[in-house]
Amino acid sequence: MKWYHPAELGYVARQILAGWGFGARLLWRLMTLSGRCLRRFDLVRDQVHFLGNYSLAIITVSGLFVGFVLGLQGYYTLQRYGSAEALGLLVALSLVRELGPVVAALLFAGRAGASITAEIGLMRAGEQLTALEMMAVDPELRILAPRLWGGILALPVLTAVFSAVGILGGYTVGVLLIGVDSGAFWSQMQGGVDVFKDVGNGMIKSLVFAIAVTFIALLQGYVAQPTPEGVANATTRSVVVSSLSVLGLDFILTVMMFSI
Amino acid sequence: MQRSKNDVWVGLFVMIGFAAVLFLALKSANLLQISWSADYKVSAKFDNIGGLKNGAAVKSAGVVVGRVESIVFDDGAYQARVYLALDKRYAFPKDSSLKILTSGLLGEQYIGIEAGADDNFLAPGDKIGSTQSAVVLENLISQFLYNKAAEPSASGTAPK
Repeated sequence: MKWYHPAELGYVARQILAGWGFGARLLWRLMTLSGRCLRRFDLVRDQVHFLGNYSLAIITVSGLFVGFVLGLQGYYTLQRYGSAEALGLLVALSLVRELGPVVAALLFAGRAGASITAEIGLMRAGEQLTALEMMAVDPELRILAPRLWGGILALPVLTAVFSAVGILGGYTVGVLLIGVDSGAFWSQMQGGVDVFKDVGNGMIKSLVFAIAVTFIALLQGYVAQPTPEGVANATTRSVVVSSLSVLGLDFILTVMMFSI
Repeated sequence: MQRSKNDVWVGLFVMIGFAAVLFLALKSANLLQISWSADYKVSAKFDNIGGLKNGAAVKSAGVVVGRVESIVFDDGAYQARVYLALDKRYAFPKDSSLKILTSGLLGEQYIGIEAGADDNFLAPGDKIGSTQSAVVLENLISQFLYNKAAEPSASGTAPK
């Protein structure tokens, strides 16, 4: 925590407001660039490859183990009340509604967001962004927008994979190891999970998280101080800010979607 | 646009995503059970709906034949008015009766339809007259206690 002299407070407040304003302006500009960016889909495809494919391993393994743990812990609690058959429902609902979108977004922030920030911060430090502008190439169109779209396309897919693998993990522990009845496991799950209310809202959540995480990573890299220390700070801040905003947004979205 | 080997991997990535979504929708959610067929709406008044909720099942002989569409309070009759959406495939006689039942001891509440004997069938917008409210556990217990208290106590009236 850095302490400011009282006389600096106005300046600091102004800096913070200017940062928010710049962020909002950049987000709006990237949104308006979407059409032109998606027309050059090869750039977006390469970003989906970089952000999505390379995150698949960590997402799959984490999903599997989260499913294992949910299966075990859920079973211990449920069998006290003699309702171990509801294990499938518990595993599926917690994964599809909450854990899938949130944990996938947190992993994505660490795995992909940090690398986006470091990459763009280094481009800034090496004056590559300025060089692009000198060649009349818009860095926001050429560098930032494809990464934003790559993240928006990749994270929902990763979330779906996370939830599906997690359910299979819960099945492995619950049914194959502990011996909960397989038919009850799936039928309770199908009885309680709604395609649009639960799976659909989970996907909407992950879409919002994708925009938040990728955009924060881009912004932090774009405004990074052009020094080695500045890039390091930007990468740290990118992971911290995007993880916190994922958790905060998740609370708001859950209140909006699932409150009765 | 040039082709690159990334195409294959991104294609694979998207395919895995599709497979995951299909798995979530078909195996773990109720996409297959949602009835896309048309339905018709009828309504009924209940003295007490207990814990009935929107979207609860309407069953006849244990088979789901419809859903509870909405529940409103009718302040003219001080009763609950329940709107049901019944599957168009199933027709019920006009004098069918509704009961609010509970699946299992502490399970969800649903509405059971018992078919009547009328030759005419329920049409959209009809009102079902004969209904039976949910069983409220407190009422049941107080009734039981009341009956117990009314009974002459066993020790006091023992034959000499």
